[in-house]
Amino acid sequence: MTQFCIIITSSALDADGVYSAYRFAQAVIDKGHKINGVFFYQSGVTLANGYQTFLSDERDMHKLWSEFASQYDIPLQVCVTAANRRGLISEQDAAEQSEPNGFNLSPPFSSVGLGELMVLLEECDRSIQF
Amino acid sequence: MTTLAIVNHCAPYAGQAGQESTDLALAAGSFGQQVSVFFVNDGVFQLIAQQTPEQLQRKHFTKSFGAFEFYDIEHIYVCRTSLEKRGLSVTELAVEVTVLDSTTFNHTLLQHQHIVNMT
Repeated sequence: MTQFCIIITSSALDADGVYSAYRFAQAVIDKGHKINGVFFYQSGVTLANGYQTFLSDERDMHKLWSEFASQYDIPLQVCVTAANRRGLISEQDAAEQSEPNGFNLSPPFSSVGLGELMVLLEECDRSIQF
Repeated sequence: MTTLAIVNHCAPYAGQAGQESTDLALAAGSFGQQVSVFFVNDGVFQLIAQQTPEQLQRKHFTKSFGAFEFYDIEHIYVCRTSLEKRGLSVTELAVEVTVLDSTTFNHTLLQHQHIVNMT
């Protein structure tokens, strides 16, 4: 069994990385391997935006990743600095900053520091970036 | 200990890649990872000593390259072809680097356990 860490840096909508990563993650599980975590950095953080709304016949990667991660208990970690730059804010940060527009970064996505990526990289056997 | 290679492909103020790459390098260094930073293609522009990002209302994040050694980031590798194609010489760069030809550059990159590309 191999333990994988998935790093997503490509935009949720303007690239296909999050879908390729999703297919890859399914294959990892199907083959009996493990994913110790998915780390979102750069434009990849946009996937975590809970305010994304799609037409009913469109693919919703936020929903697909959320369901997949919950089903297999895979941590979805979002770099807080990269997320804040792109307009994503967690409930706790929104409360601390008295943000009037609520929050859009919530479980199963968690807001973390870059140190968490280092932990994932140390624990895994292989990392792959999309 | 984990070996991590961070590869810079973008010019310094083209988007956030340069800033976020530097953030990642410093974080990895603080967490005791063995980090190498690579510069290729337009990424080599990040190393130029004379930069005035204030004119673009941007932060001079490349100043942090001078602090890499204090974060135990000992290796900065630069692609020779990328420098030559852009008419840059090592004397124009802000920090001490190791210049490698393309083959050695790729070979060195593959020695690392993890690779993160900043594009």
